[in-house]
Amino acid sequence: MDKVTYITGRLLQMIPTVIVITVLVFLIVRLIPGDPAVTYLGIRATPEKIADLNARWGLDKPIYVQFGLFVVNIFKGDLGESLISRIPVIDLIKMRLPLTLFMAAYAAIIAVLCAVPLSLVAAMNKDKFIDQVIRAVFVTILSTPGFFIGILLLIVFSVKLQLFPVGGVGATFTAKLRDLFLPSLTLGLGLMAVLTRNLRDGIIGILRSEHVVFAHAKGLSERLIMLRHVLRNAMVSGLTILGIYMSWLVGGAVIIETVFALPGIGYTMVQAILGRDYPTVQALTLVFGILVSLIYLITDVVYSFLDPRVSL
Amino acid sequence: MTVAALPEQNKLVTRKSRWMSLTRLWKRNPAIILGIILVTAIIFLAIFGPSLVPYDPIAQNYKVRLQPPSSQFIFGTDKFGRDIFSRIMTGFRIDLQIGIVCVIFPFIFGIFIGLISGYYGGFLDNLLMRIVDISVSFPFYVLVIAILAILGRGVLNMYVALIMVGWIAYAKIIRGEVLVAKNMEYVLAARALGYSNGRILLNHLLPNIISPAIIFAMSDVIMCIMEGSSLGFLGLGVQAPAPEWGVMIADGREFITQAPWLSIFPGLAIALVGISFSMLGDGLSSLLRPTDR
Amino acid sequence: MGDLLRVENLKTYFKTQNGVIKAVDDVSFSVTQGEVLGLVGESGSGKSMTCRSIMRLIAHPGKIVSGKIWFQGEDILSWPMNRLVNYRGAQVSMILQEPMTALNPVQTVGLQIEETIIQHERISKNSARDRSIELFRKVGIPAPERRIKEYPHQFSGGMRQRVMIAIALACRPKVLLADEPTTALDVTIQDQIIRLVEALQDEMGMSVVWVTHDLGVVAQLCDRVAVMYAGHIMELADVIELFENSRHPYTRGLLESIPSGETREVQKLIPIQGQPPDLCNLPAGCPFIPRCRYSDKSCTSADLTLREVKPGHLSACKRFEEIWN
Repeated sequence: MDKVTYITGRLLQMIPTVIVITVLVFLIVRLIPGDPAVTYLGIRATPEKIADLNARWGLDKPIYVQFGLFVVNIFKGDLGESLISRIPVIDLIKMRLPLTLFMAAYAAIIAVLCAVPLSLVAAMNKDKFIDQVIRAVFVTILSTPGFFIGILLLIVFSVKLQLFPVGGVGATFTAKLRDLFLPSLTLGLGLMAVLTRNLRDGIIGILRSEHVVFAHAKGLSERLIMLRHVLRNAMVSGLTILGIYMSWLVGGAVIIETVFALPGIGYTMVQAILGRDYPTVQALTLVFGILVSLIYLITDVVYSFLDPRVSL
Repeated sequence: MTVAALPEQNKLVTRKSRWMSLTRLWKRNPAIILGIILVTAIIFLAIFGPSLVPYDPIAQNYKVRLQPPSSQFIFGTDKFGRDIFSRIMTGFRIDLQIGIVCVIFPFIFGIFIGLISGYYGGFLDNLLMRIVDISVSFPFYVLVIAILAILGRGVLNMYVALIMVGWIAYAKIIRGEVLVAKNMEYVLAARALGYSNGRILLNHLLPNIISPAIIFAMSDVIMCIMEGSSLGFLGLGVQAPAPEWGVMIADGREFITQAPWLSIFPGLAIALVGISFSMLGDGLSSLLRPTDR
Repeated sequence: MGDLLRVENLKTYFKTQNGVIKAVDDVSFSVTQGEVLGLVGESGSGKSMTCRSIMRLIAHPGKIVSGKIWFQGEDILSWPMNRLVNYRGAQVSMILQEPMTALNPVQTVGLQIEETIIQHERISKNSARDRSIELFRKVGIPAPERRIKEYPHQFSGGMRQRVMIAIALACRPKVLLADEPTTALDVTIQDQIIRLVEALQDEMGMSVVWVTHDLGVVAQLCDRVAVMYAGHIMELADVIELFENSRHPYTRGLLESIPSGETREVQKLIPIQGQPPDLCNLPAGCPFIPRCRYSDKSCTSADLTLREVKPGHLSACKRFEEIWN
């Protein structure tokens, strides 16, 4: 089976999951107590307006018809209108999703760039002082909630040292890199901790393995062995961890965006829940679900390129 | 390492190694001893904290708003003049409760489902696997806050949401273990002896496969406390004026520049609890798992 | 003396939580140019560790505590790391027991040979590629141009072992250390590999140290044999002399426990009684005492220096003259 067939196959596999997610999301909103039309109209509610809105939204039709309309609308790109900001949800998503994706990618890159050298140092100095320090630091990070680390970083770097802005984000790419550094760092710290631990264990295991012994027996230089045989092999397994925890990143965005007041979909979701903006909640849940499934798909595919033992 | 043939040497070897293992444990793993001490202290504070406070954690006193830490108010006061130290002491009970309740119920329920699903297979197993697939497709927080969107915010709803999502991990772990273990010889032997399935599940399978779940539960306590405080921070979980640490951090955000102690102390409290349970969990897992050689 | 390789009083110890394991305890032997020396013993006898010591591949918690290893007149234990890199793979090569774990699973086999060649000789990648194809052909891997681009898991067990042999011989070493290379293979493949090594050894004139626990292999392949037990060499002799005139209870025990397949009469196999030794808690004197038919009180104060039975035949048994003459 070649790569194209594999990818297509995985995409098709995603479909049942997405369907179930869609159904669930649809049902969730219908489960909310209270009448959405009443909530929407607020104090301006009158029986005629309520009935009118219900008819317009199709809420008076049988549930399966509603679901059908729901699905059709999704394909049309119509996800409803936000109750808070009165703009189409799809526009809201288009405005805010890129920021969250940028942060997630930024966080992942920071995490990987730091985890690789740290894990190498830790593994090669196993149980010595530097290794214990690295592990202790990461245990502390994992035991501390992300929002608190974010606030600490804000206090130190934004308020006291004035290196980064306290909130909001600039327009240009470089402005983004600077303004989103602290939030992405905060977001990526948990991933960095897990990645370092996993890579460190992987490297230790590989260093003890027979094939490193054999590489030494071949007379290869220490540097070559480290780079080509140890690191590369460890990274292949590290990638699976990255894939699993990418969804962590996306979830963590919900909190970090609130801490740093960044207009991404996480922040939007929290606001939508606090403000009972059901169309937005519904749409965003769907977006999150699809996003995570896509991330798993991409991870699987990339992994299959890297590890030749994966038979397609 | 096989033992030498002479019986004299046998006895000497076993006695020596048992004695060595106790002192060795302390030397190699001081973390677990420290972890036990700290966790015990935390539990003590959770039970007795609220009675040990110098001030009422909820009473407002506008005359002493935003005081920095002093001999009168050890951790300072917040924007309503409430003593932060007292609030943190009271908070031990709240956050620890979250950590324990949100682990115990998913633990019991999840293991129960996992046992049955793994052992009997069939429709229930398929259903469980679909549920796992779906829950894995969403970031944890998104699932939880989506549930809170339906139920509305508040402490009780937070518990419900966390438990509703939390049991799945345990079910997955135990189901995996059961699938492997149910073909092992001791299970086949029990079956051959005519034991009822229930007896096999409870008396034979469960004790042998429960350790991964216990190890996970340790880290789950930390995660639940994080989640509880995060939800408190977002305003979706425990509500003000309750002195939950996440809520306190959120309260302190607007005063970050003038009165950073409002947010720092509750954060340190969370970190302390997290690290203590981490050490305990690490120590426990290296005891329960065979050490790597 | 014409010794290519000479091991002198080698001691390699491992410090573990249970005590000190004397994996190699005062071992001495030599290998001349072009000869095949068999190193025989059960698991834990120290034969693998001896080979790894010769390659200086001993890592924490193990350590080469004392002794000398002479290669072409120089003591390799005194060399700095950068000289070792030129020695390993080029002068002395090693093949391991399980090729699936010894080869890097995410790298093509071609790359794994070429990197050895390029490390030791300054030739171009293309020349290295041609040489590796040639090596594959020599070790009997069909369609080498194609297979060179494949990964280890795409080869069968016997083929993988051939790959490892190709890698080990890539730079024409003077000594090949073979650490139980056929133990993990089935008998027909085993035979093929042994014949292959024989042919290559003939052609290249290199010396081989072949580690095994199988006396049958020894009989087929080796010129001289050293028998090891609990980190010591118990007996050292030419292969025929060992099989016909063994002068050590352990070797005798080994010989008596294998079926000969020659006589038609019913043969009683006599296993060696007792358990393998606990290397942390060896009894005083000779480590074989608990399992030895012939031991007496004087054995507990025996030292294990090798005594001459006749020229070229050494035994560590203090009492061999009493027992067999």
